[in-house]
Amino acid sequence: MRYSGFRVIAEALTGHKGWKPAWRDPEPQSSYDYIIIGGGGHGLATAYYLAKEFKQARIAVLEKGYLGGGNVGRNTTIIRSNYLLDGNEPFYEFSLKLWEGLEQDFNYNAMVSQRGIINLYHTDAQRDAYTRRGNAMILHGADAELLNRDQVRAMYPFLNFDNARFPIKGALMQRRGGTVRHDAVAWGYARGADQRGVDLIQNCEVTGIRTEAGRATGVDTTRGFIGAKKVGVAVAGNSSKVMSHVNMRLPIESHVLQAFVSEGLKPLIDGVMTYGAGHFYVSQSDKGGLVFGGDIDGYNSYAQRGNMPVVEDVAEGGMSLIPMIGRARLLRSWGGIMDMSMDGSPIIDKTDIDGLYFNGGWCYGGFKATPASGWCFAHLLATDQPHPTATAYRFDRFRKGLMIDEKGQGAQPNLH
Amino acid sequence: MTQENRIKGGQIDRTKTLRFTFDGHPYTGHPGDTLASALLANGVRLMGRSFKYHRPRGPLSAGSEEPNAIVELRTGARQEPNTRATVAELFDGLEANSQNRFPSLKFDLMGINDRLSPFFAAGFYYKTFMWPAAFWEKIYEPIIRRAAGLGSLTREEDPDQYDKGFLHCDILIIGAGPAGLMATLTAARAGARVILADEDFRMGGRLNAETLTVGNHSGADWAEDTVRTLAQMPNVRLMPRTTVLGAMDHGIYSAVERVSDHLPIPAPGKPRQILWRIYSAHAILAAGATERPIAFENNDRPGILLAGSLRTYANRYAVAVGDRVAVFTNNDDGLRTATDLQAKGIDIAAVIDTRQEGDLLPGIRHLKGAQVIDTKGKLGLKSITIRHANGRSETLSVNALGVSGGWNPNLNIASHHRGRPVWNDAIHAFTPPTGGPKNLTAAGAAAGALSTHAALQTGAAQANAALEALGLKTHTPDLPKAEDAPLNLTPFWYVGEGKGRAWIDQQNDVTVKDVKLAKQENFTSVEHLKRYTTLGMATDQGKTGNILGLAIMAELTGRSIPQTGTTIYRPPYTPVAMGALAGRSRGPEFKPTRLTPSHKWAAEQGAIFVEVGMWLRAQWFPKAGETTWRQSVDREVLQTRASVGICDVTTLGKIDIQGCDAGAFLDRVYANTFSTLPIGKVRYGLMLREDGIVMDDGTTARMGENEWVMTTTTANAVPVFRHLEYVRQCLYPDMDVQLISTTEAWAQFSVAGPNARKLLQKVVDQDISDAAFPYMACGNITVCGGLRARLFRISFSGELAYEIAVPTRYGDALIREMMKAGEEFGAVAYGTESLGVMRVEKGHVAGNELNGQTTALNMGLGKMVSKKKDSIGMVLSQREGLNADDGLRLVGVKPVDPSKPLTAGSHFLDIGAAPVAANDGGWLTSVVYSPHLKSSIALGYLKNGTARIGQKMRAVNLLAKTEVEVEIVSPHFFDPEGDRLRG
Amino acid sequence: MIINHPLLGPRDAQEFTYLGDAALIDRPDGMAFPDATAAQDAFHDYLYLRDNPAGEHRELWFHEQGDRSWLVVTRNTVTHEITKVEFARDVARSRGRSK
Repeated sequence: MRYSGFRVIAEALTGHKGWKPAWRDPEPQSSYDYIIIGGGGHGLATAYYLAKEFKQARIAVLEKGYLGGGNVGRNTTIIRSNYLLDGNEPFYEFSLKLWEGLEQDFNYNAMVSQRGIINLYHTDAQRDAYTRRGNAMILHGADAELLNRDQVRAMYPFLNFDNARFPIKGALMQRRGGTVRHDAVAWGYARGADQRGVDLIQNCEVTGIRTEAGRATGVDTTRGFIGAKKVGVAVAGNSSKVMSHVNMRLPIESHVLQAFVSEGLKPLIDGVMTYGAGHFYVSQSDKGGLVFGGDIDGYNSYAQRGNMPVVEDVAEGGMSLIPMIGRARLLRSWGGIMDMSMDGSPIIDKTDIDGLYFNGGWCYGGFKATPASGWCFAHLLATDQPHPTATAYRFDRFRKGLMIDEKGQGAQPNLH
Repeated sequence: MTQENRIKGGQIDRTKTLRFTFDGHPYTGHPGDTLASALLANGVRLMGRSFKYHRPRGPLSAGSEEPNAIVELRTGARQEPNTRATVAELFDGLEANSQNRFPSLKFDLMGINDRLSPFFAAGFYYKTFMWPAAFWEKIYEPIIRRAAGLGSLTREEDPDQYDKGFLHCDILIIGAGPAGLMATLTAARAGARVILADEDFRMGGRLNAETLTVGNHSGADWAEDTVRTLAQMPNVRLMPRTTVLGAMDHGIYSAVERVSDHLPIPAPGKPRQILWRIYSAHAILAAGATERPIAFENNDRPGILLAGSLRTYANRYAVAVGDRVAVFTNNDDGLRTATDLQAKGIDIAAVIDTRQEGDLLPGIRHLKGAQVIDTKGKLGLKSITIRHANGRSETLSVNALGVSGGWNPNLNIASHHRGRPVWNDAIHAFTPPTGGPKNLTAAGAAAGALSTHAALQTGAAQANAALEALGLKTHTPDLPKAEDAPLNLTPFWYVGEGKGRAWIDQQNDVTVKDVKLAKQENFTSVEHLKRYTTLGMATDQGKTGNILGLAIMAELTGRSIPQTGTTIYRPPYTPVAMGALAGRSRGPEFKPTRLTPSHKWAAEQGAIFVEVGMWLRAQWFPKAGETTWRQSVDREVLQTRASVGICDVTTLGKIDIQGCDAGAFLDRVYANTFSTLPIGKVRYGLMLREDGIVMDDGTTARMGENEWVMTTTTANAVPVFRHLEYVRQCLYPDMDVQLISTTEAWAQFSVAGPNARKLLQKVVDQDISDAAFPYMACGNITVCGGLRARLFRISFSGELAYEIAVPTRYGDALIREMMKAGEEFGAVAYGTESLGVMRVEKGHVAGNELNGQTTALNMGLGKMVSKKKDSIGMVLSQREGLNADDGLRLVGVKPVDPSKPLTAGSHFLDIGAAPVAANDGGWLTSVVYSPHLKSSIALGYLKNGTARIGQKMRAVNLLAKTEVEVEIVSPHFFDPEGDRLRG
Repeated sequence: MIINHPLLGPRDAQEFTYLGDAALIDRPDGMAFPDATAAQDAFHDYLYLRDNPAGEHRELWFHEQGDRSWLVVTRNTVTHEITKVEFARDVARSRGRSK
């Protein structure tokens, strides 16, 4: 069933009786060609593109909870391709281009909204680094602009320009950056995959990965064994847990990232902004809530909740940047588990086990990567070759010294 | 207007009258009122509009669970949007305005949305607005954004102050109703240190809202007496107006105390609110329960309240919401509303009881097996239509309706560690999970013990359990006699008949139909239900409505309610002001400001300062007649190179390293060798991370056999010290080496230029001739006739230069003394800009080059990494990817046309090469104007750069659409042989 | 969180800086390998690979705002419960490290 404005009107006039389930709830078959472990954004996107772009069949997505319950269900919804390094920028720019056509592609309004993102700078060194980055972005075909203080002030006159500990000097801007309604991404991919025959199996936790003679043959689940020719793992946050089924240690630690939303407010902040002198970034949702976050808590955790120091640190950043928000109220906080990798960049690669493929290590940047991650992982699964924009995302980059370290923090995941 | 709905009794102070306005109309109330109770007393039921359909709304509740009566409180910079009128304490002069309506609350143009509601079903926006793609940002979304949102911020700085504090206790008790008061009394009498926190301004919880008795007193009097008793006890801290927001780890609870929200403005020197972190050994959740409604057609009209809240307004606030009232209930608690109100002389039109069983209320029209199926009254309830058990319908004229669907324990905080609530079949509600925060127990209604007796009894019992765990003597008080009636609830969630809408989430306008549509579209997981319909995502977080949605979904899917489950409870319990979370860290006090020892002197000279991390450093020192920063900087550089200049370099990290194994230790942490360094000498050191990337650089001086002084960059002072301690304690625990950070202990100045020695000799007591104190010498000296000092003959500028250090408290005196001594040489002070110019001229790397992504090889220092010894980073620095022949190399850059300015961050492209990533040669890291070369010059990282020296390229800045033809040169622009250093 | 420092007693975790898995104590000797490849393999595994368990985790915390001791904290990554706190130096010695 296609969604459209006409359909909405027709259904409104006939009591909404015609709407069909967004996806089926099939029983798992005994085997598939492809099993994707993880029904979050990346897993669902992978299944969608496997079916749609790579014309593969007999695909299942196994999800231990509900569809879209991974980090696609709890993030700050930002999309952008303002990366510095050669290993990253083509991939994220590919992702941004996919976002730009996504809703028409999967016939679901995910509210992709390119209202622009600015990264504020407060020192000459930050300006120089953003100049370097902005040039790298343009060289890779992305858009970037360097704004001075007056230009930032014209956009957001209410920021703290006059009484700040770290005065705003300007910003790097990407106009094509913005936000997306995060749950809708999962649902759009799920519905699109389901329509193309993918079995989306919820409440089905993988408890083991079976191998024979160095080759993956299927997975044990809470709903029994399911055979597969190829198994793709897309469970960021829990990557180490799942890969421990095959005794693989990963260059990844799991950390908690908190995020926050305020009560609904009349329009205030049109785009996305990040503070260059504190841990704070913010956008405003279409419903009116300020959606904001900061740094990770910084210790290994699978608890999906954090502690007060980071809450206060983020609020301090917010208050020092936007002095009026003292009187706005924080409505809800939440915590997601991040796959924090050793260089801050992801992995989309084969493993040492034939037929077992891995997608993870997204740190807290996985949401914006969803379309390209799905596409590139599908490409790898279908062709056994990395997608041209994801060739750097290999496990062996650490062994070879080819790290993709945007922040220059080295092998300490909580600093990325 | 008079307080026409005010009745007798209540806990308000009628001796004082408070004036306030709502939407500009003046009203009066009394101390003890909330904004909502005072408005209701004045006959005002309409207080807001809903989010989506802009339906007219009045208060549903009398507490913090309120979804409807939310207003903009106060005006000007103190305006606070989305304030719940039901908990806003009335004060004289209060100004409130309705929100999310235009032009007025009674006539709201956006009310059209209500007429169009068939088109706005759950999730409709996911199915449309997709074509054409560009219309989303340009047309659809701006309309949606303007229509959405609730209250507004003023765009002015929040003028109030907020504080933060820390409290410690044996037992934290959350909620001061009968359970919390009895728990506090029990624990306090046993000698425990107790904190009792309650969100209300009046402690007592439901006791203040009921006519029930405790012992021989009214419940409210018992509560008041108990609070008075507790207030006398030194081991008890009573915290009214304090909401416990969340359960953190290890017994830490966050709480916000609203110190001044009940005042027009905070008293002088007082904060508006305080954020507390409460450290507790035990905690008892006695937060009570929240009543839940029943969904039926048009159940959202002003005048329809929760039955218990109707009672609260009558008993506590002496307000009759209506003069002809009906009650709709599925349990015995709802009946209390009818009896209490009737006792106050209010006309009870009927009690509509969904249950068939049970006794009939005497003297009241009590209709068994009946339901409310519709209501009328656009801006306020006028009538209800009921369906009798026999199927007959009847319309009753009423202006208030109390609804009770049962009570939900306020278990939120017990679930903040993601424990799943447990379903209780006796009260048909979720109770706290078994695996909640450690050492947190629940008592009273929060634990599902809904009667007053059960609250008192469990309060005492949980206090005793906590006392026992703490090893304190337990104390079993005599429990005062109190009612112990069962709830007798027969589950009834929504009225099935009718084609209209029955609200579940009143603020977000989620109706029974929306839940059914979610089921129809297979959004059956409770998380999908929430996210698809927005159920429970409003400012009340679904405190009243969520359970209805779950119950209806459970019924539609044939699952039980516990099988359907709940969404996750997350902090904060109620929304909390951002200002409270930020406290004092805002504006100029966002972070501490570190000042250098010469700051005062520099300020006297009119220096311009710049933020360098937490430090403020002098950036340049303008002199009279200089109109641009370049003039000042050029002068400082030229004069330093011509004669002598002085710069405060205290911000560099300084670490004293002592012990027999200090040399061996330095060999491990530095890539190059230090153990061979003679006493009295300084060496440049390169420190790698274990991954082989450069972590930091600096000099380390050997002051004695076992005494070394390390310097780090300003930015890395703290991380390097941490790293050294890690290496010392975790990797080489038996090395005899001790570390202490002395960054703040020494004021340090660079004295550079051909006359540096002459100047210094005037303040240094010892001979520092080239023979006595050659290049790279160091030593403990004295200055000014005996003050201990350290001297290092090192140079960042490329000049004959020294760094001299004195105890910090003498830093100000030393800079003054040196500037005086330098007068005869025309000595200048120079700031960070000149420092940067001279180091770039000399080809020294700094922060822009040491960016955590570069190797020693990249910097042209590859040979410094000794492979003859193990050091941090030695092994992994040899990986192939870090040793490519055509990798990045540090180069110098100058424009072919010296008049062309360079821009740091520009990228290298070959002449004629297209601006695409494949042609990206690297970038310019640091750019300065060299007054010696009379041109802009730069350092940069260029692929295969060393081999390209002498070639011409372009430095392209695509952001500014500029490019400059450049020549690649050695990074050592100035005195490449280093003759001046050794002069 | 609260870390019960072996000498100083319970301290707020905010006083500490976190590093990561206490396996970082087991640093190989860079000179102990027959060739560069073997050394790089060993250091790769040491520096980059983690068990990252959901459960008990031994990890390094630095008392930066305190006595500057490195501690090995045994903490459950699911519940955050801390069951043991030791000086990293003692742990390092017990694992055979010296100079």
